[in-house]
Order: sequence, then structure tokens, then C-alpha cells
Amino acid sequence: MRRPTAAQLVARLRRIRVRPSALLAHGVAWGIGLAWLIPFLGLAMAAIRPIGEILFGWWDFQSFHPTLANFAIAWDHDSYPMSEGLRNSFLVAIPSTLIPILVGAMVGYGFARFRFPLRDYIFVSVVVLMAIPQQMVAVPLFRTMLAAGLVDTFQGLILVHSAWGIPWILLFMRNFFQTLPAEVEEAARVDGAGDFKIFVKIVMPMALPAFAAIAVLQFMWVWNDFFFAQILMYSQDQLLATQRVTRLAGQFYSPWDLMSAASIIVLIVPVALYAFLQRYYIRGMIGWTIKG
Amino acid sequence: MRANGGARRLHLSFPRPLVRAAFFIPAVLLLLFLVILPILQTIFLSFYSDGAFVGVDNYSDVVSDPATINLRGFPRGPPLGTLVHNLIWTAIHLPMSLFTGLFLAVLLQRVRGASIVKSMIFVGMVTPMILGGVILRFLFEAPIGLVPSAFGALGFESLNVNWIVHPSTLLFGLIFGSVWLWTGFSLILYSAGLTTIPKDYFEAARVDGASPWRIFRRITWPLLRPITLVVVTMTVLWELKLFDLVLGATNAGGGVGSAADVLALQMYRYGFVALPPRVHQAAAVATLLTGLTLAWTVMMFRHILLGARFSRGKRSGRLARRLAGRA
Repeated sequence: MRRPTAAQLVARLRRIRVRPSALLAHGVAWGIGLAWLIPFLGLAMAAIRPIGEILFGWWDFQSFHPTLANFAIAWDHDSYPMSEGLRNSFLVAIPSTLIPILVGAMVGYGFARFRFPLRDYIFVSVVVLMAIPQQMVAVPLFRTMLAAGLVDTFQGLILVHSAWGIPWILLFMRNFFQTLPAEVEEAARVDGAGDFKIFVKIVMPMALPAFAAIAVLQFMWVWNDFFFAQILMYSQDQLLATQRVTRLAGQFYSPWDLMSAASIIVLIVPVALYAFLQRYYIRGMIGWTIKG
Repeated sequence: MRANGGARRLHLSFPRPLVRAAFFIPAVLLLLFLVILPILQTIFLSFYSDGAFVGVDNYSDVVSDPATINLRGFPRGPPLGTLVHNLIWTAIHLPMSLFTGLFLAVLLQRVRGASIVKSMIFVGMVTPMILGGVILRFLFEAPIGLVPSAFGALGFESLNVNWIVHPSTLLFGLIFGSVWLWTGFSLILYSAGLTTIPKDYFEAARVDGASPWRIFRRITWPLLRPITLVVVTMTVLWELKLFDLVLGATNAGGGVGSAADVLALQMYRYGFVALPPRVHQAAAVATLLTGLTLAWTVMMFRHILLGARFSRGKRSGRLARRLAGRA
């Protein structure tokens, strides 16, 4: 397409009639959207300013000395360094994403393609587990982990997150596999391929977009989780990122400068993930709620 | 290796049912040991005390405890007990977040940059809820927080206080704050739902001279019913399971006078903070909470599955179907 000349642009602009109702809609929508961000703006302001400047409100700009010192202190904090927290959270969240995807895809395929007695009842029963609060398993889970020597280890927490992710991934993957045409698989079977080979060579590659959607959501849930980490991890150097922010506060004093900086350090990962992989995130979320 | 067909013969040596069972084994093991057995053990624990079967004693202990239900608190406000707090939370948070999200979704249909505005509102949904709680504390504390100062500037001196240290302002502040965090959920689902409604319906109604409100009442709202059911189901589950948000904003005690205490936090306190641990009461609270979430889920599932049949013939959907027939 050829670029329009300036005269054509002006003519086009003249033709646009601004209707008051449309203007109002834009104003209200954008106004609400921006207002929605104000608490985050406050957090950012508290994080980049010395505590003395924000004690009576971060919106007071009479003295304004932006600095990254709070981030530096939170990153290398004496007791609860956030750098260590991020590392731990990654070490837990990455396997806790990959394992349940693999396990959930296998079992989802099984429920989609194999026939066995009571299949649909079992399927619904497993999916209903999604409704169960984490507190329902907490005490026995802690005891089991203690007996297995897995309390305060990443492996223990990874296993718990992997198991806990299966119901929703099963739901998502079974629905996904049911939408795939079975003909390709049938053809491979006629050629003598076994179930496992068909799954690895044919089905898994087709499921990659579904895996991406699940990975974003599952990673974010594990990253954002607090309860399981809180009951299973307690050594100071093993604490995950989400466990550290509130620990920066003393009983009678909250260092809002450090807590804000630490919060932003933790927040940046899910927010960046959402910003860059929004398409997959939304698809995952709508997939497991609406289609389910 | 492959040339003489050895691999295939090796493969055939596994009988098919065994291969198929292998698809289920990892999931079964994980679910069995880390989800299903712990659930059964918790139920078991809730009926025992120090190794002796005590029937429903733990439940009656928990339910009769003012920490769970404190009806005498009603004239003067919170704390009203964890169970009551969860219910109040639901009663306020569900309609507020649902209708705010719906309103924004409808409004954003004809706004440029709608996806940016949606993302701005959705940030709350990707925020770890423990930090959501921390941010709410930062918002409601005085003099550092914005909310008390804003009310002060508007002349509401009674609200220009530290919301976190007064029971009523703490509970209702956190409830309103949680609407801020959760509205993105209904916004995104309703936005997705609105794209599935054919534009012809709206146009036909507009040609007929229907007002925007009438279009919303007779077309948008009935056709979004499946979305509404999902939003209601998931939102109530979220309200029942509240934990991190309250802990992040207050402490393991649910804040001043336990004014913002909720069931999940009560369980955590009994099982993991109390010395000595009150494991059996913790199990009873957990089972009670699970009973609520399961009953709600089963009820809504039935509603969602049977819903289509029931809504047929209802007045609200008639116009939409008439238009559908014309389009």
C-alpha cells in the first residue's frame, strides 16, 4: 500500500467525527485502567526513594531523590537476600512446571484415547480435586515429607507442586487431545507403531502450543504460591522468593523501602511472563475455565 | 539396529494393556501419595484426638469457638469469626468484582487500546497473593498509605486513620482491596465471552431502536450466562480459599483482634503456628472448608451442565433467540 500524502491524511482526520459518547467511553475506560495501577505506582515510588521521603506519602514530591539503593540492599540483604530467593524460586518452579506437564499430558492422553471401565467417573473425580484447598492436605503432607526426609528440600516441594498441578493439566490436556483428529494416530498404528511411540512421535509435537499455554500458567502458580513453601521450607537459605518479603518486616516496624523493592523483585517475573506470553496465558486460563 | 526389526519385536514384547497402564502410573502415584491419601488422613485426623476416636467433638469444638462463629459480635462489627468473615467476603467481593469486570468488558468493546487497559487491570491477577496482601497493607496504613490520606483530603476524617489497626476498617479494607486484585478475572473471561456473540445481534437490536440498557439486559447478559456461571464458581472458590492475602496484609493471627481472620488461616495457625499444634482441630477446620468448596463445586457443576436445559423458555433469552433466528 502506498503511504497517504499529508493532504489525504488531513482530509481523513476531518472526516472522523468524535462522538461525545465514544469520548466518554474512552475517558472512563482509560481513567479506570490508569487508576487501577496507582497502588503499583505507589509501590514503585516507595522502592526508588529513601524511606524518609515516603513516610508521609509517596505522592509528596517536595523532595525527590530517586535511587536504586533499596533494590541493592534487598538483593544482597543480610538475612533474606532476594537474589537467593529468586534462585530458589526458579529451581523449584522450572521442574514443577516440566514434570506435571509431562505426567499430565500422558494421563490426559490416556483419558482421551483409551477405553476402560468407569473412565468418565474417574476423570471427573480427579478434576474435582481442583476445588480442594491446600490446607486439606497440609498436616499429613508435612508428616509424609518428614518421614521421607523431604521437608526443607526443593525435591519435596517440587513433588508436591507436580502432584497438585495434575488435575487441571489433565483437564486441559484431555480436552485438547479430544480435539485432535485420531486418523493420524490410527494410520501410525496400522503401520505397527505402539501406543508409546505414537504418543512421543506424533501426539507430543502436535501438543506443543497446548504445552506453552500450560507452562505459563503452571509456572506462574508455582512462582506465586506461598502456602506449600511456607509449610515445607524453613531454613533461611532455602526460603523461596514469596516467603522473604514479609520476613523483612520486624514486629513493630515495617521497612517499606526495602519491602517495596523486594516486592518488585518478586513481581517482575510473573509480570514479565504475562507481558511477553500474554497470548498463551489467556489461552490457558480460558481453556481450563470455560471449556472445562 | 533398526534394520532387522529388532526394536519392533522388543516393543511387541510388552502387552498393550501394560503399555497403556504406563500412561497412568506416574500421575496415579503422585496423586495417591501427595493428594488423595493426605486428604483421607486429614478426614481421619479430624475424628480423632490423641489416638482415640472422638466422633464429631473436634467439629463441635471448632464451630462453637468464637474464633469460627462469633454471632455476639454482630452489633459492634468484626471480629465475627472466620466462617462469617469468609461469607461476608463472598457477599461483598463476588458482586463487586463480577459486575466491575463485566462493566469494563462491555465498555472496552468499543475503546481503542482495550488490550492495554485490560492488561493494566489484570496485573492484580498475576501478582502473588502474599504480595497482594503486602501492597494492601501499604495502601491502608497511615500515614504512609494512600487510602487514609485520600479520605482525609476529601474530608472524611473518621476514615483518615490507620485502617490496618482498626477491626472494621481492616476487614472491609481488605475486602475492597481484594476486589482491586481480582476484577481482572471476570474482565478477561467476559471479554472473551463477548467476542463469541455475533455482532449481527447487536446491530439488529440497534436497528430496532433498542436502548443500550435493553440490549445489555436482553442480549448480552443472557448470552453471557455460561461465562457468568464460571466466574461465579471460580470467584467463590477463591473467596473460600483466601489465605496469602490476609497473611500478607496482617499476620498469622488475622490482624488486630483477628478481624480479618479466615478459615484457611485458622487452619494454618492451628496446625503450624500453635504450640503445641492443635492438629485435630486443624484437620476439622480443613475438612469443614473442603466440605464447603466441594459442595459449592458440585452444585455449580450440576448447574453448568444442566443450565442450558433450564434456561430454555426463560423470558430473558427470548429476544436474543428471536434475533438469532433473524440474523
